[in-house]
Amino acid sequence: MAQPLSYLKETPSQTAGPYVHIGLAPGAAGFDIYDHELGFDPVPDDTPGDRIRITGCVFDGMGSPVRDVLIEVWQADAAGLYPGQPGVAPGFRGWARVVPDFDTGMFTLDTIRPGVVPGPGGRPQAPHLSLWLVARGINTGLQTRMYFTDQDNGDDPVLNLIEQPHRRLTLIADGADGHYHFDIHLQGDKETVFLDV
Amino acid sequence: MSLFQRDRTWHPPALAPDYKTSVARSPRLAMLSLDATVSELTGPRFGHGDIAPLDGDLIANYAKTGDPVGERIIVHGRVLDENGRPVPQTLVEIWQANAGGRYRHKKDSYLAPVDPNFGGCGRVLTDDQGHYAFRTIKPGAYPWRNWVNNWRPAHIHLSVFGTAFAQRLITQMYFEGDPLIAHCPIVKSIPDPRAIEALVAPLDLNQAVPLDCLAYRFDIVLRGRRSTFFENRPEGN
Repeated sequence: MAQPLSYLKETPSQTAGPYVHIGLAPGAAGFDIYDHELGFDPVPDDTPGDRIRITGCVFDGMGSPVRDVLIEVWQADAAGLYPGQPGVAPGFRGWARVVPDFDTGMFTLDTIRPGVVPGPGGRPQAPHLSLWLVARGINTGLQTRMYFTDQDNGDDPVLNLIEQPHRRLTLIADGADGHYHFDIHLQGDKETVFLDV
Repeated sequence: MSLFQRDRTWHPPALAPDYKTSVARSPRLAMLSLDATVSELTGPRFGHGDIAPLDGDLIANYAKTGDPVGERIIVHGRVLDENGRPVPQTLVEIWQANAGGRYRHKKDSYLAPVDPNFGGCGRVLTDDQGHYAFRTIKPGAYPWRNWVNNWRPAHIHLSVFGTAFAQRLITQMYFEGDPLIAHCPIVKSIPDPRAIEALVAPLDLNQAVPLDCLAYRFDIVLRGRRSTFFENRPEGN
């Protein structure tokens, strides 16, 4: 008999439920409790970089907006450095919470364009945001990415892992001049590529 | 350097038809398997400057005219990784219904009353050994629109960060002895009974405060990692 492998098991995920905003964005849920909420100041005014605005919507398999979704964003600064890495822009948090309008499902994120970050084997990854979605009915938070249509994505090592070239487009936001639109589809013909990281 | 592979058979599947809302919100195509890059191995950090001392006391943090109604409890435990190592200084966020089973949310219309002295959310950081604790009111069970007669067991939602964005986790803690656990379609979306047990917090009389608070213990395990990212390979992996 071999010795047992004594690793712990990850705590199982459960849906964030319909009221995730109570916990993570109580102001959006309709009440004030904290001095300041987390995730609404990802980029201080003096952070170097191109200011960009991203709008979009998350759609379910029926084509309806998922109005109760909460999205978290994690991104590098304009130089391609993440908070925690030496040399990252001072005060840059790189992390945002995005709450859609509860009636329309539309969301807006104001941030800066991230730089190129290293990927596997030192190959550069095209500028991208990492996204994580939770909502009622989503049993384990969904990870995905957003790239920019006006950047060079041709050699991106993650996009190129997607076997069907047309599905790579589900990760690329439309737009130009600092204003982009990015919709996420949980199901259907336009289902977004989600990542098992 | 990388994270341990997430065991998808241990977590609830995206499509769990008895939890009806999952039917239209579950991706149907295969996910893209990706060995984590720097984008997923880094993650946001929080500190004591981000939260106020009272944020972790749900009995007091929204009290206006007196104490909230209900059974006073302490919930405590550790945040560990799959290697059994503590996850220090990580943010744990908490939200829940009040003692009557009603959430303080503009979309909740359950007929149980809103408690004027209970907000239902809190947040704490783990200490250097991964310990966390918060004080709250035991939440009530409540009905929900799934099957005609579905009731959620009493539960507390917990959101945890870890050190890597790919460790991000939201889960729910249930209470030992609650007969509704066995009937809940959300709980039963988890296939392995041992995984369900991992979400049920035992009563911990050793940490109860006599004549004041009962206590429950709930440990949270985040994904393991093979090495610490910036410690030995600052150039990235």
